[in-house]
Order: sequence, then C-alpha cells, then structure tokens
Amino acid sequence: MSTYLTKRMLYMLIILFAASLLIFCLYALTPGDFITGNIKLTAERKAELREIYGLNKPVLERYWTWMSNAFHGDFGYSLAQQKPVLQLFGDYIWNSFLLAAVSTFLTWLIAVIIGVISAYKQYSWFDTLVMIAIFAAMSLPSFFIGLFLIKIMAVDLKWLPPGGMTTTGSTAAGFAYFKEVVQHMTLPVIVMTLLGLGSLTRYFRSNMIDVLKQDYIRTARAKGLKERKVLFSHALRNALLPAITLVGFELPALFGGSIIIEQIFNWPGIGQLYMKSFGLRDYPLLMGFTMFLAILTVIGTLLSDILYRVADPRVRL
Amino acid sequence: MEPVMNIDGLSTEFFTEEGTVRAVDNVSFKIGRGETVCIVGESGCGKSVTAMSVMGLVEEPGGRVTGGRIGFQGEDLLRLDKNSLRSIRGHEIAMIFQEPMSSLNPVMKIGEQIMEPLSVHLKMNKKQARSRAIELITQVGISRPEQIMGSYPHELSGGMLQRIMIAIAVSCSPKLLIADEPTTALDVTIQAQILDLLRGLKEDSGMSILLITHDLGVVAEMADYVIVMYSGQIVEEGGVVELFQNPQHPYTRGLLKSKPVMGQRLEELYSIPGQVPSPLALTPSCYFHDRCGHCMPVCRTRQPLLKETGNGQKVSCWLYEEAELYV
Amino acid sequence: MATDIRVKEIEGIRPGLRKSSLMRQSLRRLMHNKLAVAGFAVVVLMFVLCFIGPFFSPYTDNKINMAFMNKPPSLKHWLGTDALGRDILTRVMQAGRISLTVGLASMLLSVFLGSLLGAIAGYYGGLLDQIIMRIADLLMTIPGLPLLFIFGALLSEWKIPTDYRMYIVMLMLSIVNWPGLARMVRGQMLSLREREFMQAAVVLGLRDRRKLLHHLLPNIVPLLIVMATLNIGGAILSESVLSFFGLGVMPPTPTWGNMIDAANNILDFQNRPWLWIPPGLSIFATVIAINIFGDGLRDVLDPKQKR
Repeated sequence: MSTYLTKRMLYMLIILFAASLLIFCLYALTPGDFITGNIKLTAERKAELREIYGLNKPVLERYWTWMSNAFHGDFGYSLAQQKPVLQLFGDYIWNSFLLAAVSTFLTWLIAVIIGVISAYKQYSWFDTLVMIAIFAAMSLPSFFIGLFLIKIMAVDLKWLPPGGMTTTGSTAAGFAYFKEVVQHMTLPVIVMTLLGLGSLTRYFRSNMIDVLKQDYIRTARAKGLKERKVLFSHALRNALLPAITLVGFELPALFGGSIIIEQIFNWPGIGQLYMKSFGLRDYPLLMGFTMFLAILTVIGTLLSDILYRVADPRVRL
Repeated sequence: MEPVMNIDGLSTEFFTEEGTVRAVDNVSFKIGRGETVCIVGESGCGKSVTAMSVMGLVEEPGGRVTGGRIGFQGEDLLRLDKNSLRSIRGHEIAMIFQEPMSSLNPVMKIGEQIMEPLSVHLKMNKKQARSRAIELITQVGISRPEQIMGSYPHELSGGMLQRIMIAIAVSCSPKLLIADEPTTALDVTIQAQILDLLRGLKEDSGMSILLITHDLGVVAEMADYVIVMYSGQIVEEGGVVELFQNPQHPYTRGLLKSKPVMGQRLEELYSIPGQVPSPLALTPSCYFHDRCGHCMPVCRTRQPLLKETGNGQKVSCWLYEEAELYV
Repeated sequence: MATDIRVKEIEGIRPGLRKSSLMRQSLRRLMHNKLAVAGFAVVVLMFVLCFIGPFFSPYTDNKINMAFMNKPPSLKHWLGTDALGRDILTRVMQAGRISLTVGLASMLLSVFLGSLLGAIAGYYGGLLDQIIMRIADLLMTIPGLPLLFIFGALLSEWKIPTDYRMYIVMLMLSIVNWPGLARMVRGQMLSLREREFMQAAVVLGLRDRRKLLHHLLPNIVPLLIVMATLNIGGAILSESVLSFFGLGVMPPTPTWGNMIDAANNILDFQNRPWLWIPPGLSIFATVIAINIFGDGLRDVLDPKQKR
C-alpha cells in the first residue's frame, strides 16, 4: 500500500506542476489585465502598479515567483479586492459548501431510492417513467432551468426569493436568519439536485440491475429473507460499493462551488467570486481558483481510489 | 409413510424473444422422509429449473410455474401466499447451489450470513444466533469457527464456502435440503468430502435431500431413488440399485455407458450421438428419437407416457409400450 | 447448436466480418425501441426545422422593425418579437443552425482527435502512449468550465471577429472533450490487442497500418458511434453555457445560448419570457432527444454496456 501511495503522490505532484504551468501560461497569454482595463488610472500610475505587481517581468520569472510563493502557502493577492486570495477563498468557500453539501446529500438519497426501486421493477411503467426523467435531468441546460424556476417560483408565484443568501438589508439573527437562508437556498438546491440526479440515478439503477442477477441474491432469497431485506441489505451494499469511488469525484463540486448556479442565483459563493473576478481580469484570484480546482480534482481522484480499496474487502494491496 | 414432498404435474415455462420454452414439462415425483432423491440429466434438461420451481425462485417476468402442485406438509406450495412461502424457504426447505464462490454475499461477513436465517426463522437474538452459528461451522467440519465468523467469502476456498453454504442451509433443521450440483465446481477430493458431509448430516437429522446432478458417480454414492430427465421430462425413474442394474430407457443406458468404469480399459469412451434438441422446436414425439439407436416411426410422431415396468421402475419409451401392446 | 459454434469460430478470427448482417440486425432491434425511435424523430425534426424552416419564414432578412418591438406571441409572430422587432421563431431557427452545427462539428472533431490519439496510444504503447495519456490526464485535471472560460476570455481579448468565433468555439469544445474519448478508445484497444483474432493478424504478418485500420478500428466503431451521439448533446449544452455568459458565439450571430442572454435584462426576464424561453426549450428538447436516441443506440450496438 505504501509504495503504491508514494507512486501516486509523486504522479499527483507532477501533474499538478504541469497543470500550474498550463494555467499560468493561459492567463499570462491573455492580453490585458486588471490594470490595463481600469480606466480610472493614469498611464504613470499604471506603469507604477505594473512594477509593484511584477507584471512587466518575463512570463517564466513571474511563474517562478508565483509558484515559490504558492509553496509557502501564499497564493497571491487579489488586485480587485485588495485581499490575499486564500483569505477570500476562506470567506466564500463555506457558502458554496453549504449549497453543495445539501444538494449532494439530497441527490444521493433520492438517486439511491429511485435507482433501487427502478432496477427492481425493471421494464415496468414506473421504470420507463424514471428512465425518461433521468434523460430529462441529464439534458437540462443548467442556467436555463435556473432562470426558468426563478421566473415561475420567485417572480410569478412569489413563493421563494429570487436570489442572494439573505434578503437585502436584512438584519435577521438566530432562527430568523437560519430561516431566511433556508428560503434563499431552496431554489438553487432544487436546481443542483435536479442536475445531479439524472446520471447518479442511472448509475445506481444499472448497478442494481447487475447486482440483482448475482448468485448471492438468489441465496438470500433462498434463505427466506424479506424482499426488502434482500434489496436494501444484500443488494444495495454491493451496488453502493463501486459508488464509493464517486465520493472522491464529488470533492471539487463540494468545495469548488458551482460557477453557473451561484451566478444565476446571485449566491455569494466561490463560483460567483470567480465570475466577478473574471469580468475584472483579476488574474491572481483566477489562477488561484483554477489551481485550487485542479488540486481538488487530483486529491479527489486519489481519495476515491483509496476509498475503494478500503471499502471492498476483495481488493487488498 | 407420508412423503415429505409430493410433486404432481409440475410445469415451468420461460418466455423468451424467440418464443415460450417449457423447461419443466409435467413432472411428478415424491420425496420420502429421510430419502435422497437424485435428478440426473445433461445440462439444459430442466433439472435445476425443477429445483428452483420447488423453492419458488423462478423469476418473473422471465419465467413462471404454469401448472401442477407441490405438496408439502399438507399444503400446495404453488398456492401459498408470498409470506407463508418465505417462512418455509430457508427454514423447512433449504437449498445449496453450484457455485459456492459466488453464492455468498462478497461484502458481508460469513458470520452475519449464517446468523441471518437463525434470527429470521427461529427468532434468535444476536447472542444465541452467534453461538449457534459457531456450532454450525464446527458441525460442517471447519476449525477455528470464531475466526471464520469474521471472514469475508473471498478469504475462504471453494470447499470451505460450500461447507458454509451447507451450514446456512441446515441452520434451521430443514425437512428437505435441495442441493443443485453442490460439488460440480469443486476439486475431486473436495467433492467426496462435501458428499460425506451431506450424508452425515442427513443421517443425524433425518432430513430428505433432493440432489440435482449430472454426475452418475455422485448418484451412485448418494441416491436412494433416481429420476432421469431429458428435455424437461422424466424419461425414467426407479430405485438406485434397480436403475443401475437394469436401465431401460435408451437414454439412461447411454448415460451409464458413457460413464468410465474403474478397472475397465476402453479404446474410446462411449458418448451419446447428437445433441439435446432445441427447446423451441419440439413437436409431439419422443424428444430423444433423433439420438436413439432404437428409433421407430411412432417415436417421431407420438409422445410415450411414463409407465410402470415392475421392479418399482417407471420408463417413458415406446419400446416398452409396444411390448405391452403386442403381448 | 452446430451452426452456433461455426459462427463463433468466424467471430474469433475477426468480429468485423459479419458486419453487414450485424448492421441490419442492429437496425431492426433499434426500431423495436420506441423511445429511441421517437428521440431520433425529434432530432431529425429539429434539424429540418432549423435548416429548412427559415425558407418558409417571411422574416429571414432580420430587418429591424421598430413598429413591432417586443411584441408578445401573436398570429403574425408566433413566438413574438425582440427588442429590434425581429421575429423570435425565425431567430430561434437560425440560432438552431449555429448551435446544431457547432455541436455536430465539435463532436466530429473530438471523436476524430480522441479516437486517433487513443488508438495510437493503445496500439503502440510505450513513450507515445505516455505522452498522449499524460496530456489527457493534464487536461482532465483542470475542470472543463474554467478551462473553457479561459479560452473564451482569450478569444475576447484577442478580438477574434465574431464570424470566426463559431469555429474557435468548436475547437475549444473539442480540446476539452477529446481526453475522455481517447482514454476510452485506448482501453478498448488494449483489450482488443490481446484477443485471438488480433494475434492471428500478428502471426499473418500484417502491417501496422492495415492492422489498425482494418482490424482494430472496425471493432471500436460501434462504441464510437454511441459515444459520438451522446457527445453532441454535451457539446450543445457547453456551447449554450459559453454563449450565455458571452464567452462563446456572440451576437449578431444568434445561437440558442446567446438568445437566452436576454434573461440577463431584468425587464425582459420578468415581462418578456418569449424572448428567452423558446431557445431554452429548444436546447432541452434537442439534447434530451439526442440522449435518448444515443442510449437506444448503446443498447443495440454495445450490449456489454447496459444502460
């Protein structure tokens, strides 16, 4: 296990290094930056600022500075917000996590239940309906369904607030604050759950269909167990097992925020921060964010690999 | 003496894209108390489906028991509701399967899998079930039962797993144990051990065994009564000694002839010519006619019935009907 | 039974051999899947509407007509008009041309890149395999959306003329999509290379190019068709996201994505849903139809991968 882990870690580092180089070059290639785009500044002030931020140095040298700082835990300084990038992440990330955690939990719960029932009743009308719903969920343009639901639920019916995390100017505290946040997050959570539901339900359904054909399910039935026990105890455990690998892949989604959903619902998360900085060409923050996502992706992949090996008694290193 | 199980006119059909297949066709037999009945035949002859039908495990919508009666303790299993059937399954009638490697749940500990029927059928609490499970593991001849309880199936060998399957099956002292090719997937030396174990358990508890096999060696060793199946039908049945000494159906004779005999040297082992007919293309005839060395015109157009021929044997073949007609 | 064995032997030599009859068989099975047939019908309908529909519209010139500004749907303008008095239905059909073309073309490009690179990596192995797959890993490490956004920003900053942006968007989508396809094709290649019929080809001393083109590629074609179909849907969705955020195809070239951009105007969003709901529904209908059809294809062509 340990040699395997060392190898994986090493490869991870190399990939991340290459990714950082790619990310840096892509942003560095982009002409125009925060300073050029800012019309309030005089030409002299611009040159001065460039000097300060080291923007007039060659690309490779800038990359080197960026990387060596990053190794010391310094991911740069947001030009637009005048705050360290890491601190900004700290400020916004938990809002993103709140949305992502709730919707991920709901997605998994609903997907498991529907997937199991649908597999058990394969080819029934319920199953056909589920299959169509799965395709519908997988084909939704995320921004459009977001806008559509805001229009209906918030604008027309006025059941829920259209966006934000709290009502503008609200001073609610304690339970009132909690209630307000729950109301505000309902719509984005619905949309995110809907978007994730399709592929996950389909995944559980086909896993269950495979598992239900196995010999040990026949054994469980031959033991005289109740159908519910056969399904949810014997079959589901086996169907869930490969899904553990997906937990790792959820990592970037959990902490990386959702650019589209947060933008549409004006949710103060890390994805919206990214979009805002994008308009301003705030490169330190953009690079930091992209790098952050790459790190999450790599760690997530490793995590899912390790989880699978821990969870499946058959796989031993 | 009242038999443990009385199967009458059992038929099971499967519905495929190409058409309906009658995998078990009007099969009737009895299993006496403490008796071992063997069903023999080539693969695809319907012997396993017969066992699955008895257990009520034929899966819809692919297949369905379409007729007959399975008498067990004064009731017809085919007419029982799901819950009553479930309380019999694994309790009064238990089953073991061909592939011990895949028949146990790979992500559950052995102990948990043995304890399950104990708590479901005998309403034991965890502690009772645990000590009973340890007893059972010892009973099927595995040492270090405590350690085995905490193992996963992949950590044990095929022979050990089949012993565990047997332990699970006999855990609730069933009246009838159905064993579907229990030794086919195992090494020859292990086969003998498993058969010994089954025989020992049977003698201790007085349960009956319905043994499904294609191996005549296993039949000779285990059976009291033998049923020979071909294309979903019984072609011959009788006591084991009578049937081995005096096989009547050409198919039974072929099977016996194709079995190697110790101490006998042959140039080439006999094999029955041809192949089992496609179950989709059956017409009223003796289904064995195109492989039979004694095929007569009547064999191609009419189906022979299972008839008593004395000596407790029954056979379904025109050779014997004809003899009666002419006498 | 006997014939079955012979068929298997032939398949063992080269599975692609019975292609024509396999194709016919697959087609027949596909026709049995009512959902897939319906999906296909919708896809065809969408294409016909978008590419032929505008010829029957009296408003194709996109003349700015201030008298008909922001009119709700009526008999004259079935889906209403926009801020410049242009007919929405005609715009949606014209936008569909672009969106469908971008989806189709970027799919073709990704499938070409993915299968070529994947096949080379899987077939030759060694250093070439390492290089290709490491690049694929790298591209897959950076999540697709930020990567597309960077590309989009590059486009804006480099002041690419709007006429060309469409082609660059296709290229961008393909760059993001090929690694997944390459990885899959490579996996298939590796397993095929070990199969008997391929070893037979080696024994016969066939040349690399012949082995690749005539023996290996035909065997992954079914899988490729399926992946390609499902890929179009994904590409259409990605294009719409980019264009919605102003980083893809830009007006005046209409696409479904940049038409929904109207919803970014609070008045249009609240009071004139006919501006942005029709293109959104068009995306949804097209993608769901493609996905259902693709899944039907998968059932037929690639029975190993059940739904």
